Amino acid sequence: MSKISLIIKREYLSRVRKKSFIVMTILGPILMAGIGIVPVYLSMQKTETQKIEVIDESTLFIDLIPQKDIAHFDYPPISIQDARAGFFDTEYDAILYIPKVVLNGGQNGINLFYKKQLSNEIRGYIEETLGKMIFNVMLAKNKVDLNFIKDAKEKSTFSMITTRVDEQGKDKKTNTGLNIAIGLVCAFLIYFFIFLYGVQVMRGVMEEKTSRIVEVILSSVKPFQLMMGKIVGIALVGLTQFLLWVILTGTLYSVATATILKGIDMKQIQKKEQIIKVGADLNVSEMKQNSKADEMTQLWNDFKSVNMVQILFCFLFYFLAGYLLYSALFAAVGSAVDSEADTQQFMMPITIPLILSFVVAQTIIQNPESPMAFWFSMIPLTSPIVMMVRLPFGVPAWQLWLSMSFLILGFLFTTWIAGRIYRTGILMYGKKVTWKELGKWLFYKG
Amino acid sequence: MNILSAKNIVKRYASHTALNDVTMEIPRQSIFGLLGPNGAGKTSLIRIINQITGPDSGELFFEGEKLSQKHVEQIGYLPEERGLYKKMAVGEQALYLAQLKGMSKPEAKRKLKEWFEKFEIDAWWNKKVEELSKGMQQKVQFIVTVLHEPKLLILDEPFSGFDPINANLIKNEILDLKKKGSTILFSTHNMGSVEELCDNIALINKSTKILDGSVKEIRKQYKTNIFELEFTGNMMGFTNAMWTGAELLEHNTDGEHNKAKVKLLGNTSSNDLLQAIIPVAKIQSFREIVPSMNDIFIKVVGDENSIGTQSNFTE
Repeated sequence: MSKISLIIKREYLSRVRKKSFIVMTILGPILMAGIGIVPVYLSMQKTETQKIEVIDESTLFIDLIPQKDIAHFDYPPISIQDARAGFFDTEYDAILYIPKVVLNGGQNGINLFYKKQLSNEIRGYIEETLGKMIFNVMLAKNKVDLNFIKDAKEKSTFSMITTRVDEQGKDKKTNTGLNIAIGLVCAFLIYFFIFLYGVQVMRGVMEEKTSRIVEVILSSVKPFQLMMGKIVGIALVGLTQFLLWVILTGTLYSVATATILKGIDMKQIQKKEQIIKVGADLNVSEMKQNSKADEMTQLWNDFKSVNMVQILFCFLFYFLAGYLLYSALFAAVGSAVDSEADTQQFMMPITIPLILSFVVAQTIIQNPESPMAFWFSMIPLTSPIVMMVRLPFGVPAWQLWLSMSFLILGFLFTTWIAGRIYRTGILMYGKKVTWKELGKWLFYKG
Repeated sequence: MNILSAKNIVKRYASHTALNDVTMEIPRQSIFGLLGPNGAGKTSLIRIINQITGPDSGELFFEGEKLSQKHVEQIGYLPEERGLYKKMAVGEQALYLAQLKGMSKPEAKRKLKEWFEKFEIDAWWNKKVEELSKGMQQKVQFIVTVLHEPKLLILDEPFSGFDPINANLIKNEILDLKKKGSTILFSTHNMGSVEELCDNIALINKSTKILDGSVKEIRKQYKTNIFELEFTGNMMGFTNAMWTGAELLEHNTDGEHNKAKVKLLGNTSSNDLLQAIIPVAKIQSFREIVPSMNDIFIKVVGDENSIGTQSNFTE
């Protein structure tokens, strides 16, 4: 076995076998699945049903407000004065007062009296539902054909189709929201990966230096072999962890949705029945729910319209090349210092372009073909993240090749620099290293 | 033939010269002491021999061939500041380091088992290094250094960190390895062990080699013709008898019993001296005072440095 593969093997196995790796591998997906599931789960944790007595002086809405799991409406035939007088002796949580003149609108309208603060959801529900009902009543009173309004509303609601025209004049349908999502997810993963594992490279180098094993190893292999072996070994650890996360998260998520969220479809159905009960309902967004299946097919088609093979390939490329570029620099920092505390001054120039590119990416996503987007996707230090954000929107082939070439050149260059700093720094002890010093190391002879 | 020749090695760092035109020959199957005060350039030279760093100029030859990466497997190196991966198991780590020196895994494993048994640390095979005492870690490091049976063994302060029993164990292993054909380059400040072990030495001071040769020769060379005599008889008669052949450096008289240190002058041999004093004194002992390596080290380095300071002073 060649020496560099021995080093890679050791770096890989010693990390993969660590408890922290195993814990992170298991905990990661739980956290990620948690991020997906907890909000849904929480939203399902309905608060106690609030009992509301409705005093409807207009008599327009008696027994008509749809009951909801969070709010139950009763219509006792008493006056508002009586209701308020006996309020605290009743089991009701609130009184909903609808005056006679409710159709006049304005401030002299509907009033809600309560004992304890009601949730926003209930208030919102009452406002929305009652508002719609009043709207319908008004239209009916003026003999407006409700179906006509419904039809008009339906037809005036649309989502714009965006189509990219390429050089050959061919049309390509795009979904901007989807592009943004893909771009940001890829960019975030690369950012996260570079940071997490770049720092591991740095720590690994420092470990070898401070434990003084490095001199023994360097009597067997060249410094560059040791450095590259470590970088590649840790890259494999990262890929392994990433792969395990994808698999575990997927499994966990599907299991969780299957069990915890089982009841959700039933509730959707109930909701629809209630909508029908209200009568002529004009809410288009509700209506759209009926075509949810269509929407999914549409999204799937959009997915297919994005060049997934290209994105996947580029993602792997920028993922690895970006990591290699940065981890070489991290290795150089690790070799130059004696302790973690000294890393700060050298870490800054490495982390700034990384953070900057992630920040810039969020602006660039609004305008993926601006000059700023172009330049940031060419500079090797920022291109792994910025180019990934641009990619789903379509990037001219020449720009992509140029950016990739620059990144490879950048990687070779940083590795060369890092290798020279590394071979000197790794054997230098007890010396507070300055930038000037690092510069000198570049020109030392073998 | 020499196992290693270094010719005109120069190594410069930004602010100073670590090695200035150093030339030395290390004969095969010998123990070669590389001596010098702290910061003289010993570690720089050792690193160059190990090809950890390269010289700015000069050449090295291993068994007559220009030193190259393929010779790495013929060399074993125990650095002065040494360590192991703390979190890694002892056996696994030893295997890894042996494989880096080009051994196959089964071979390395077999030999490691032998050595671990010999050094009585086989129970520690699966323990993490951080659980071992310092002495035990040193044993592991020594084993790893010699496991691939290198032709040239470079040991930088090999006895530091060992208790006397283990130091003796290591010393015997070194002698054994020499018997089996290894050459040992041995860097130390312990002059006692130099006298005991080394066949040849080179002394480096301030980046320059100032002395080299066989230990016997060097000690002979630094002989000062001083003899110590113990005798009974008259001190006056004794001094008269020496006449101009020798100079009395110091003496102790305890009644009839005398002890004297004399320095022979001119061409006077020890026999001449004895002949001259036999008639006047009853000699109980007579021995030449040969300078120890320690004395020579202090003298040579001390002289060098005082010259150095003087020249600095006049500048």
